[in-house]
Amino acid sequence: MLSGSVIVGASFAYLVVLFGVALYGDRRADAGRSLIANPWVYALSLAVYCTAWTYYGSVGRAATAGLGFLPVYLGPTLVMGVSWLVLLKMVRISKAYRITSIADFIASRYGKSRLLASMVTLVAVVGIVPYIALQLKAVSSEYGLLTGAHPGNAGDWYRDTALYMALVLAAFTMIFGTRHLDATERHEGMVAAIAFESIVKLIAFLAVGVVVTYFIFDGWEDLFVSAAIAPDLASLLSMDNVGSKADWFALTVLSALAFLMLPRQFQVAVVENVDERHLKRATWLFPLYLLLINIFVLPIALGGMLRFPADVIDPDSFVLTLPLSEGYATLTLLAFIGGLSAATSMVIVETIALSTMVCNDLVMPLLLSNARFRRWAPHDLTGLLLLIRRGAIVVILLLGYLYFRLAGQAYALVSIGLISFAAVVQFAPALLGGMYWRGATRNGAVAGLAAGFAVWLYTLLLPSFAKSGWLPMAFVESGIFGIELLMPERLFGFDEVNATTHALFWSMAANIGAFVAVSLWRPPTAVEAGQASVFVDILKREPRGAARFWRGQAKIDDLLALLARFLGAERVRANFASYARSRGVEYIEELEADGDLVHFAETLLAGAIGSVSARVMIASVVQEETLGIEEVMNILDEASQVRAYSRELEEKSRALEAATQELRAANERLQELDRVKDDFMSSVTHELRTPLTSIRAFSEMLLDDPKTDLAERKRFLGIIVEETERLTRLVNQVLDLAKIESGHAQWHETDVDLIDLIEHVADTAGQLVKSRRAQLLLDLPPAVTLLRVDRDRLIQVLTNLIGNAARFVPEAGGEVRVVLRETADAVRVDVCDNGPGIPAEAQAEIFEKFRQASGSGGKPTGTGLGLPISRQIIEHFGGHLWVSSTPGEGAVFSFELPRTLASPAAQTAEAS
Amino acid sequence: MRKALARQRLVACTLFAALAFNAPLLWLFDTAVAVFGVPLVFLYVFGIWAAVIAVLAWVVEVGHR
Amino acid sequence: MTDTKKILIADDEPNIVISLEFLMKREGFAVSIAVDGEEAIDKIRSESPDLVLLDVMMPKKSGFEVCQEVKGDPSLAATRILMLTAKGRDTEMAKGLALGADAYMTKPFSTKDLVEQVRQLLGLTA
Repeated sequence: MLSGSVIVGASFAYLVVLFGVALYGDRRADAGRSLIANPWVYALSLAVYCTAWTYYGSVGRAATAGLGFLPVYLGPTLVMGVSWLVLLKMVRISKAYRITSIADFIASRYGKSRLLASMVTLVAVVGIVPYIALQLKAVSSEYGLLTGAHPGNAGDWYRDTALYMALVLAAFTMIFGTRHLDATERHEGMVAAIAFESIVKLIAFLAVGVVVTYFIFDGWEDLFVSAAIAPDLASLLSMDNVGSKADWFALTVLSALAFLMLPRQFQVAVVENVDERHLKRATWLFPLYLLLINIFVLPIALGGMLRFPADVIDPDSFVLTLPLSEGYATLTLLAFIGGLSAATSMVIVETIALSTMVCNDLVMPLLLSNARFRRWAPHDLTGLLLLIRRGAIVVILLLGYLYFRLAGQAYALVSIGLISFAAVVQFAPALLGGMYWRGATRNGAVAGLAAGFAVWLYTLLLPSFAKSGWLPMAFVESGIFGIELLMPERLFGFDEVNATTHALFWSMAANIGAFVAVSLWRPPTAVEAGQASVFVDILKREPRGAARFWRGQAKIDDLLALLARFLGAERVRANFASYARSRGVEYIEELEADGDLVHFAETLLAGAIGSVSARVMIASVVQEETLGIEEVMNILDEASQVRAYSRELEEKSRALEAATQELRAANERLQELDRVKDDFMSSVTHELRTPLTSIRAFSEMLLDDPKTDLAERKRFLGIIVEETERLTRLVNQVLDLAKIESGHAQWHETDVDLIDLIEHVADTAGQLVKSRRAQLLLDLPPAVTLLRVDRDRLIQVLTNLIGNAARFVPEAGGEVRVVLRETADAVRVDVCDNGPGIPAEAQAEIFEKFRQASGSGGKPTGTGLGLPISRQIIEHFGGHLWVSSTPGEGAVFSFELPRTLASPAAQTAEAS
Repeated sequence: MRKALARQRLVACTLFAALAFNAPLLWLFDTAVAVFGVPLVFLYVFGIWAAVIAVLAWVVEVGHR
Repeated sequence: MTDTKKILIADDEPNIVISLEFLMKREGFAVSIAVDGEEAIDKIRSESPDLVLLDVMMPKKSGFEVCQEVKGDPSLAATRILMLTAKGRDTEMAKGLALGADAYMTKPFSTKDLVEQVRQLLGLTA
């Protein structure tokens, strides 16, 4: 046993430390160096999900259901996996419209409905009160267990530790949540404290787990093997006790939804989020936290069951009793602090969230719509806001205490928690439906929430009262008015699942059914349609959406005065000034009081008093026109048309860009072609002028000097003739090439026998070869396929190749060889010489026009067009012409003609 | 576009986890087999859980770069 | 006009070389011949001709390169250069003159004009 004073002292010391952290967080925030602008802090603050239920209750649950405690943590893991799909949208909407709570969020979606806001608030309060009771019960009973007191019995209320705990927590919550005079939706210090508490409870629980597993027992194997042979425990190691598969699934779904819908989770995950990028880290870090805090649950449960005789110690308290019974006093204290940490963080955040809702969504709208209140109210309302919130905190905690006194004793921690889970998931259809379904209406949301809540009340809450003796058991056992079909825990005879699954199924069926059916009853109103588009399309459009739906007249002074009452004059002027700057206006007074400004003012105000109250207040100082559904639809259509139009524009500009690119490429190609043509013309000019130069020079010389002697005269005239021939050849070849290239050449195709053709060329070109004192050798097969080609053109090619070869053979021992071969798909001709060869870098060049390799005799005598023409001819017939050469070993010019050119006659001959 | 890819990966990973954490897959591992005394189903749940967390972490911290 | 002026003909077209050689010899000049750019440079250095008839399109080194090299060398500053080209573009002419050629003629040229131009460059016109 630990003495009460030690525990109380340590607890207070811990709370003081916590307060210190919160204070430091606030200071840092004020100094502009936010402590919580950090993804780790954000992820840890989400762990406010793990309450005393997790800390004590999971072990208790594991002691009877084995792994049955797990779905409560697997559900949130799944939600975090798709956090970008759901949470990101919620965060973005809330930031854009300064949403302060889940009630605010839902009401805002359905046209800032006061009715819906107060309903959500009521359901949340009623639903969460048992959950708060759970925390009180856990901490006070563990305190009693450590000190030997008996808490929460029917004894004197003023000696009940739970009551004092509730009051202490109320005081702390006020300090944490409503310390600031300015009422904003954010509490940086609180978030810092929550993150700190998350670390404390994790470390404490892991410490207990490690000590139980490795010190009290001899490791995992020892624990599990001992359990496996114990007759009552073996079933905990299997899935036998976890309940039905349907229950397991339902619990996963329930906890996944509750994780999003619990007011405190909405507070930390959405309202307190400072940077939506923090969601990324939390996506894996928060599930990791859940895994760590659950890994020792089963070992501790097994340890407790093995150590203590059955039914003597409540398994919910194994986390404390195991180290206590083994004499680990310090660890026991640490474990208690851990549990306290889990409970306080939950109570503080949950109560702040609920009190904000009560103030903004229940009390303020009521007060503000009351004409008498408006007359009576003080000018500065900030104090009133804080007062309402503080009052709400005390009331909520006392309600929690009341539930604990009335019904808390009969239930294990987990069962109480599940009642609350089932209550808050009633928000899911309206909230999630509203984020993705434009057709959802306010009436639908109201009907769904009412139906779901009613079923929850009947199937879960009232039976819990009955089991605690505060209501007669009769209606649970035999149905209301004795109608068995209406038995609250087996409605219409559905009894295959446990009470939670049963309630979840029927309440969700009623909720979703009513939500969808009523929503579809009539089309959305103008306000609903406007808000629907704002919520559904938040990820697609800039968050000014709502301002488009406002028409009316406003005065800046009115707005300033109104906001100053809730936020303080200085702060309001500062906010308006920065808004003015963002609009490019120097003074507030110069601002145009248009829809954007009114929306800005309303959003600013919503951060303090919630969107419903803000709407009421703004409406009271401006003159508004009510937009008809037609107008809203027009605005929406316009917007979607603008979107479609801009998409179209984007596509068009992309297409234009592509076209420009193509044009640029085409232009470059044209310029290149132009350059090639230019070069060609320049080359032709050069080639024409060169022989003309000689011709003119010699002609003039002969003309000038008629007495030139005969030998000279003959020599000059010879040169003139030679150059004239060269000119003729050049002109012919240029024309020839132009014709082939432009496709105007005439082709006379006949059946050609290449053997015959080569022999013919050898006869004519042989003279040229012989004039170079070289030998012409032919290497021909006995027969070759007839090809249908232009005979004269082929002669031209072959003559050109042999002529070229002859020009390059050495003076002595020159040799030109022509080889004809037929392969499977082509006929090939090689013209080989034993000249100097062609260096690799020049091999491609020689096929360009007017590029000539230097022969052995200095200046080549060709026109520089022979090879390009030859190549064009061969390619015309689908073949190709190329050169291979090793310098010093001669060159081989080869061409191949495909056998597809075989003449039809030859093909039939082959076939037969 | 990398962002869209990361999001699809997250959805796929979540769908896999939802499948693995429920009947019938989960119950397939409910056997008498134990590894170092620890029941297979316990190892299965926590193993898959850890793996899913690792994949989520990889996708959001590394994968989208 | 005491000594014989020396003229270098640098062209790769044999027939043009023959005609120029005949023409220059007939005018009483001493003639030497180069058939590519490198040979032209060598002969300009070794024989220091008074004038070079320089073809633009030559193997190994173009007439422009030869011209640039000659005009960049102070010891060869006295060498007159008459560029000949078969490419008749204005840009070619401008380029040749910019590189320091003393005169520029396009092929085919009138033999009379050429002789006159040569004599003028050599300062032989009375």
